[in-house]
Amino acid sequence: MYAFNYLRPSSLAEAGSALTKTPDAKILAGGHTLLPTMKLRLASPKALVDLSRVSELRGIEKKGNALVIGAMSTHFEVSTSTVVKGAIAGLAELAGHIGDPAVRHRGTIGGSVANNDPAADYPAAVLALNATVTTDKREIKADDFFKGLFTTALGEGEIITRFSFPQPTKFAYVKFANPASRYALVGVAVAQTGSEIRVAVTGAGNDGVFRHKAMEAALAKSWSPDALKGITTDPSMMNSDIHAAADYRAHLVGVIAARAVAKAG
Amino acid sequence: MTATGIGAPVKRREDQRFITGNGRYTDDINRPGQTYAVFVRSPHAHAKIKSIDTSQAKASPGCVAVLTGKELAADKVGGLICGWMILNKDGTPMKAGAHPALAVDTVRYVGDHVAVVIGETLVEAKDAAEKVVVNYEVLPAVTDLGSAQAPGQPQIHPEAPGNTVYNWHLGDKSAVDAAFASAAHVTKINLVNNRLVPNAIEPRAAIGEYDAGQDQLTLYTTSQNPHVARLVLSAFIGLAPEHKLRVIAPDVGGGFGSKIFIYAEETVCLWAARKVKRPVKWTCERTEAFLCDAHGRDHLTTAELAMDASGKILALRAKTKANLGAYLSTFASSVPTYLYAPLLSGQYNIPSIYCEVDGVYTTTAPVDAYRGAGRPEATFVVERLVEVAAREMGKDPAEFRRINFITSFPHATPVIMTYDTGDYAACLDKALELIDYKGLPARKAESARKGLKRGLGFSAYIEACGIAPSQAVGSLGAGVGLWESAEVRVNPTGSVEVLTGSHSHGQGHETTFAQLVSQRLGVPIETVSIVHGDTDKVQFGMGTYGSRSGAVGMSAIFNAIDKVIVKAKKVAGFVLEVPEDTVDFKDGIFSSTATNKTLTFPEVALQAYIAHKFTGAQLEPGLKEGAFYDPTNFTFPSGVHVCELEVDPATGTTRIDRWVAVDDFGNLINPMIVEGQVHGGIAQGVGQALLEGAVYDKSGQLLTASYMDYCMPRASDLPSYKIEMASTPCPSNPLGVKGCGEAGAIAAPAAVMNAITDALGHEEIDMPATPQAVWRAAQKAPRRMVAE
Amino acid sequence: MFSIFKKSAAPDAKASAPQDPGAPITTVTVTVNGRTVTAEVDPRMLLSQFLRDSLQLTGTHVGCDTSQCGACVVHLDGRAVKSCTTLTLACDGGSVTTIEGLSQDGTLHPMQEAFRNNHGLQCGFCTPGMIMSAVDIVNRKGNTLDEATVRAELEGNICRCTGYHNIVAAVREGAANMTGVKQAAE
Repeated sequence: MYAFNYLRPSSLAEAGSALTKTPDAKILAGGHTLLPTMKLRLASPKALVDLSRVSELRGIEKKGNALVIGAMSTHFEVSTSTVVKGAIAGLAELAGHIGDPAVRHRGTIGGSVANNDPAADYPAAVLALNATVTTDKREIKADDFFKGLFTTALGEGEIITRFSFPQPTKFAYVKFANPASRYALVGVAVAQTGSEIRVAVTGAGNDGVFRHKAMEAALAKSWSPDALKGITTDPSMMNSDIHAAADYRAHLVGVIAARAVAKAG
Repeated sequence: MTATGIGAPVKRREDQRFITGNGRYTDDINRPGQTYAVFVRSPHAHAKIKSIDTSQAKASPGCVAVLTGKELAADKVGGLICGWMILNKDGTPMKAGAHPALAVDTVRYVGDHVAVVIGETLVEAKDAAEKVVVNYEVLPAVTDLGSAQAPGQPQIHPEAPGNTVYNWHLGDKSAVDAAFASAAHVTKINLVNNRLVPNAIEPRAAIGEYDAGQDQLTLYTTSQNPHVARLVLSAFIGLAPEHKLRVIAPDVGGGFGSKIFIYAEETVCLWAARKVKRPVKWTCERTEAFLCDAHGRDHLTTAELAMDASGKILALRAKTKANLGAYLSTFASSVPTYLYAPLLSGQYNIPSIYCEVDGVYTTTAPVDAYRGAGRPEATFVVERLVEVAAREMGKDPAEFRRINFITSFPHATPVIMTYDTGDYAACLDKALELIDYKGLPARKAESARKGLKRGLGFSAYIEACGIAPSQAVGSLGAGVGLWESAEVRVNPTGSVEVLTGSHSHGQGHETTFAQLVSQRLGVPIETVSIVHGDTDKVQFGMGTYGSRSGAVGMSAIFNAIDKVIVKAKKVAGFVLEVPEDTVDFKDGIFSSTATNKTLTFPEVALQAYIAHKFTGAQLEPGLKEGAFYDPTNFTFPSGVHVCELEVDPATGTTRIDRWVAVDDFGNLINPMIVEGQVHGGIAQGVGQALLEGAVYDKSGQLLTASYMDYCMPRASDLPSYKIEMASTPCPSNPLGVKGCGEAGAIAAPAAVMNAITDALGHEEIDMPATPQAVWRAAQKAPRRMVAE
Repeated sequence: MFSIFKKSAAPDAKASAPQDPGAPITTVTVTVNGRTVTAEVDPRMLLSQFLRDSLQLTGTHVGCDTSQCGACVVHLDGRAVKSCTTLTLACDGGSVTTIEGLSQDGTLHPMQEAFRNNHGLQCGFCTPGMIMSAVDIVNRKGNTLDEATVRAELEGNICRCTGYHNIVAAVREGAANMTGVKQAAE
């Protein structure tokens, strides 16, 4: 790692001010992507702002018809939360399959979504559930949040504070893991929220998480795995690497989406 | 059998320190005044070094030194060696290029060593290393084994035209050709034996230290064979005379072959320690390990099997290209030749065999022995061939094997091995019972109802272990003898120290070797200690690999114990005042038909040292004996592994449902440890078949350089294993043991691939059978009728 | 004391006023195996380095650098974490238990005993992390663990020697024997 300063604000205001005042500062929100990258000297922030002591970023609660999860909630906290399990059980399950148990004790939902790794699990849920991302400056709808590989609508120094997930009637996420890294090779989240049906795909797309509009339309007509038969995914939109070429990923999107629908019931 | 003697499942004595965090691995050691080494490595697969500018690096804070290949050469430090001379078909010697520890003018793979930076701290060394400016002229890479020898390919070493290190053969070509001409059926297959990275979880590490007062160098290193390291570093690389170099291999966190070899890093740390006059420590990072640890396997083979109309095998023919990487590692040349082709007879009576092997340079990491070393590759060839032949001839694969099994021993194969003993049908019968072979059709039908394809695969493997009779390997080109040494030191109080040239890095020698001593000397196991891994303590040894520590290392201890007992009986004779030849020794008690008195082993030990009952003219005091044991034959562990699995054709996912292994390792010293060795071997073999593969792109970049991309077997990838033992004791060593360390890795790949191809109904899939590969293969129509 | 880091401060730490809530931090106070330590550390220092190099607790190992092999697993405030991916400064005020602190009063922890009893280790290098993860599994999942659960929960721990068969047996036995045992975490 290159040298950096370590800052640990205890309030959101302090955090915001630290990020504004410190050039080349990055947020530390679990660090399970950032620290390995820094160890390889592929990232060289001048400062890390550790948000683990910012109490405003914690807590999980049901607010009206929405499940609200603080950005610094760990994957472990989300996966074991009775509030999450009661509201959106599939989201708890998703969180319970990110990384491994030790990673889940440190990694956070805010860190994962802000990083927008194309193989991360949470972005699929945030998009499929049409969540609202609240920051220290504004609210951003999921559709406006993800802007392609490792890119989001977040501005410089902007801090995600919480996620608000509208209560769906149906939700499931199924992941086909990369055999080596266990990140999503293809992950599909399907959700029915009120009359809206959304299908979000992570891991597969060459521009990060995306909504599969053809599948959404088919499921809107008939919510069943069979409804997805014959719907193809364009391989030219797919990522391609040694683990899975684009055509295989495109095929898997269909298989995994059908399994997600079956699982959602 | 006593509770701690031979054959007892004694809990491991070494575990206490490992489970409490008190193990002592190389990276746990820190020396006063220590500095840190970081290597500047080539980012290119093939390039000329135009210039190296170290000035900025040397000016970097905390930089102690920056050293390059030119300085290494100026100090007359020799290159790394390959210790096995292979002769070409025409009798000429193999053609090997130079292998400097730090490149001088050319780099030949990504990760090749260009310079070393020594820093006060690791961070400072890394900072300085980034400031070394190397000006490269990039040359084209050669990464495809299949075309590396083709005309017009870039030349990697001027000494080896066509990038061919050797073109070697074994067997009687004309006899084989004649047999094929008369065959009723010929089966032909093309096989890829995928390149693997050994991946011991402990990364390699080294600390070089120079004592100016004694003019003595010390190397702490992650080695499976510290004495061989010392010999090579002294006699060939020339860093110090043998008596001025001490090599210590403390606890070593797994080796699997990759820690046999003498690498650039430890060579440079030792050299640099003398130059900077301070200890120099290097600890490998995982990505460096992927780039620079010797890789394993990497063969392309075309193999054919000829049968008569009844399915009896007439002949086997194989042509193999073996990727040796950019330089010849320590034992690289022997792996695809003498550790490979002599095993191509498998468990079968095959009248004639011919094998031709090209050893090929590519601009990739050096390839050398990895768990099994040549024998997994041979078993993969034989067991895939036999399976496909049975399928093509419409015969049950178990019965096809059975009618071709060797049934009388000793059996001389046409490829220089003489199998001493075995009962192959017994292992097969037991395996069929344990896997419930009869129930397979019903299980396949049940899987099919779930949309899954079930397959079962056999692997009836044989290996040549107990490496190796020195004269025999010498005649085949080995640069060393492969005996083992032991010294048994009995202390005056009767406790026993065994100094062994074997090295334990997970095998449990501190337990199994002590079991032997406890049983034979009748002393409590707690009073026995096993000393290994330090050239200042143990006189010499050849180390641990090739499943040799039981058959060869323990046999040396056995013979040393014999000598101790002979001497102790003499002592007892004087003490009991009876003729020496009346003294009997059993269960730790010396007795004589000439007296009612008896002596315990500790009593005799004390008498040996106080020497009050005999004169110097009659007997030397003390009780310490040594032995060098040179085996008279290889040992031939064998067995049958059966893998049953389910494939999901929709995703390509494979799930191993059950695994049966029936192994014949001869006599067992500690069955618990033996089973553990089999478990670990199977996991590595399953890893090769389903998960692991080192992939270089065309430019020579390693795409699988961390656990993010190189798929290591995890607990959820593997089943529990059902393991049973058969036993035909080995006749050539005093313990009747054969060796068990590599069996699983040798057997497993063929069992998995035979099962997958059974499930798919065709043979069109290579290792690793990843989900993507299986999915693609599942798109192809079965060529065979798949039994429902 | 051998440290891979000099005890120099981060770039401009000294320039900032210490009272400023946004000031860079370089001091950590952490309780390791019951002993409270306060140290000035380079912000880059990982918990694994702090344990191994500063406290000479070399039972915690580093095997992969990408937080996958699990050889570095320790408990932080009662939960398994990968110490190679945790900054030492981020542990301020926390309590760390390493393999060296697992057994108390010279008696082996039931999980340590189970690993030995089931031959759940060979070279021993992954073992400390494996045992710390195993104890964490029991803390989260209870004392009765089926094979599938253990295999799934060991996702973050790689062993190259054992083929996992005996590790799975060890974790299940250790879990059963941990009934009523005060967990290591505190």
